[in-house]
Amino acid sequence: MATTYFTEDHEWLRVEGGVATVGITDYAQEQLGDLVFVELPETGRKLSKGDTAVVVESVKAASDVYAPVDGEITEANGKLSSDPSLVNSAATGAGWLWKMKLADESQLAGLMDEAAYKAHIG
Amino acid sequence: MTGDDTKHLPLEDTHVAAGARFGAFAGWSMPLTYPAGVMKEHLHTREHAGLFDISHMKLFEVSGPGAASLLNRACPLDSGALEISQSKLTFFLNEAGGILDDLIVTRLGDERFMVVANAGNAVADEKHLRELANGFDASVEPLDRVFLAIQGPEAWAALSRAGIETGALLFMHGVEPRKNWFMSRSGYTGEDGFEIGLPEADARGLVAKLLEDERVMWIGLAARDSLRLEAGLCLHGQDITPETDPAAAALMWAIPKEVRASGAFIGADALRASVERGPAQKRVGLKPDGRQPVRAGAALFDGDGKPAGHVTSGGFGPSAGHPVAMGYVATPLAKPGTRVFADVRGTKIPVDISSLPFTPHRYRKG
Repeated sequence: MATTYFTEDHEWLRVEGGVATVGITDYAQEQLGDLVFVELPETGRKLSKGDTAVVVESVKAASDVYAPVDGEITEANGKLSSDPSLVNSAATGAGWLWKMKLADESQLAGLMDEAAYKAHIG
Repeated sequence: MTGDDTKHLPLEDTHVAAGARFGAFAGWSMPLTYPAGVMKEHLHTREHAGLFDISHMKLFEVSGPGAASLLNRACPLDSGALEISQSKLTFFLNEAGGILDDLIVTRLGDERFMVVANAGNAVADEKHLRELANGFDASVEPLDRVFLAIQGPEAWAALSRAGIETGALLFMHGVEPRKNWFMSRSGYTGEDGFEIGLPEADARGLVAKLLEDERVMWIGLAARDSLRLEAGLCLHGQDITPETDPAAAALMWAIPKEVRASGAFIGADALRASVERGPAQKRVGLKPDGRQPVRAGAALFDGDGKPAGHVTSGGFGPSAGHPVAMGYVATPLAKPGTRVFADVRGTKIPVDISSLPFTPHRYRKG
């Protein structure tokens, strides 16, 4: 069964079988506004927690999305190349950004569950 | 988010009620977007009518027997040659010919002019103009006004329904339709439109009437920026600065021929010398290849990897349907079609020099 975690940087991770699907929250996409471009990572790239994994670009500005935990990219959401607005319309669904194989599942313990995240954004 | 010194719009409550998201710009807390979002706001302006609160900008009335002479000293302008109600884009230049601010000057009467200045420069502009005015028989009066812009193909019709007739007014002309009102047919979007300075009470009434019209919606600063960038219009502090002169900025069209030749404005000698030797860099439109926006500050390189200039404004053009930018490149490269490369986070993005504007101007000229 998949478990969903949240970060203070407004990302969500859905973890199943040692692989996390990562995206930004609905709150984050609202703050960013209409996205026009998503710079996706290469499959196989190894990331440490805090590395920039993806850059999302709105009409006005570019924003980094960080790796929430250590791991290796197994897939990027190619649909975003032609339709970056999926992140706006379905941030926690079809607008996912990348999948990564977790290097250390114990890092998940430091993340928030949905109730804690909701309290975090007030 | 906002410090003690942040200035607030007189109609801020109206924007809060409209659901605006605010951000800091030039010392002001400004509506950046409304719930519709920058994309819809931008497209709505090009299709219908967008309402902008631009009260952060400053209106000055310059009057007196020496008003025209004062402006001719302060700006590369022949203000005495303006017909009454005619407006002109002009500048305050420094002694080196650098652009301190870009302004719209409108002749209101024989000895009266309206000057519209940018928010970020308003304090410095007033000081500059007042100091210069000591040598002339002229007064400089900053006006306490709400300043609204209504832009787009249906702007005139929406104003008409709100009881304001605009029929006789042509692009780059301004009048005083009511007491303490100033209305010009101009704007910062490339569309037909109007800018109206008026007392706060009148503004509240006008806004309420305009918003009853489904053709009109509030537009934030984010869409104002994408609209002006598509229209190829400069933002002072980014695309034009005290370090760029009108020749490098490709804005010499704003300076009448006789003024270029013999005007006694501040910075005249330096500007003539710059025109004579030709600027090393020129402002151009930049069209990135592909979907990735190229932003202000990105360095530009030629095909051999040598530095070629830099980007001063960049983003996505919702009407153009692709990223748009402008910047400065070495003069020999400043030809539409020339390919250069922008460094974006270490990747070289191909960028073509493009003519401006990216979306055609639709001004009502006659």
